[in-house]
Amino acid sequence: MLTISRDLYEKIIAHALADQPDEACGVIAGPVGADRPQRFIPMQNAERSPTFYSFDSLEQLRVWREMDDRDEEPVVIYHSHTATEAYPSRTDISYASEPQAHYVLVSTRDEPETEFRSYRITDGVVTEEPVQITE
Amino acid sequence: MAIEVRIPTILRSYTGGAKSVEGSGTTLGELLINLDAAHGGLRERLVDGEKLRRFVNVYLNDEDVRFLGGLETPIADGDTVTVLPAVAGGSLSA
Repeated sequence: MLTISRDLYEKIIAHALADQPDEACGVIAGPVGADRPQRFIPMQNAERSPTFYSFDSLEQLRVWREMDDRDEEPVVIYHSHTATEAYPSRTDISYASEPQAHYVLVSTRDEPETEFRSYRITDGVVTEEPVQITE
Repeated sequence: MAIEVRIPTILRSYTGGAKSVEGSGTTLGELLINLDAAHGGLRERLVDGEKLRRFVNVYLNDEDVRFLGGLETPIADGDTVTVLPAVAGGSLSA
């Protein structure tokens, strides 16, 4: 289960809506091993595309080093789908390589309605999990 | 000649859990061959044929080696090589 504060939940959705029609992406960092998302880090989509996203490699190096220095890890890795449902695509699955991370997908296709779902992706296997929002 | 190589969580099964290992070589390609002797299978996860896999980012100090010379990138004693899984995807299946 993903447990996330309402504030962070709303930040992810706001980022997804702001970057439409392109896909938005980012990370929420948290203390290593605590499974607690805390620090919101919106990332640039280097593809600037409605159908693909990738982190800018140099921005990623900077952010990953900063997490390392702070004893954090990527607890949530999120991106949006702007015209399809919030379910990992084959591309999403093939790239997923943080087994401890919650992969959050937001769909903005029915804006202003949004769909927010969370998955574990391990060795190519997708498992959806419940999302609990804390106030 | 020692070059520090920082290994991401997903690949630490090849390094006995170590976050960083040391290797040697005059190019990135040589370094990865050198590392594979002590950490069998690691190179295969990073290299496909003669190219870096698109699922990983490899950095020399602060630069992405894709913008340097890929596997031909010259390296020297005291350099740090960092490996990170690329984060990418998208709604359109490739």
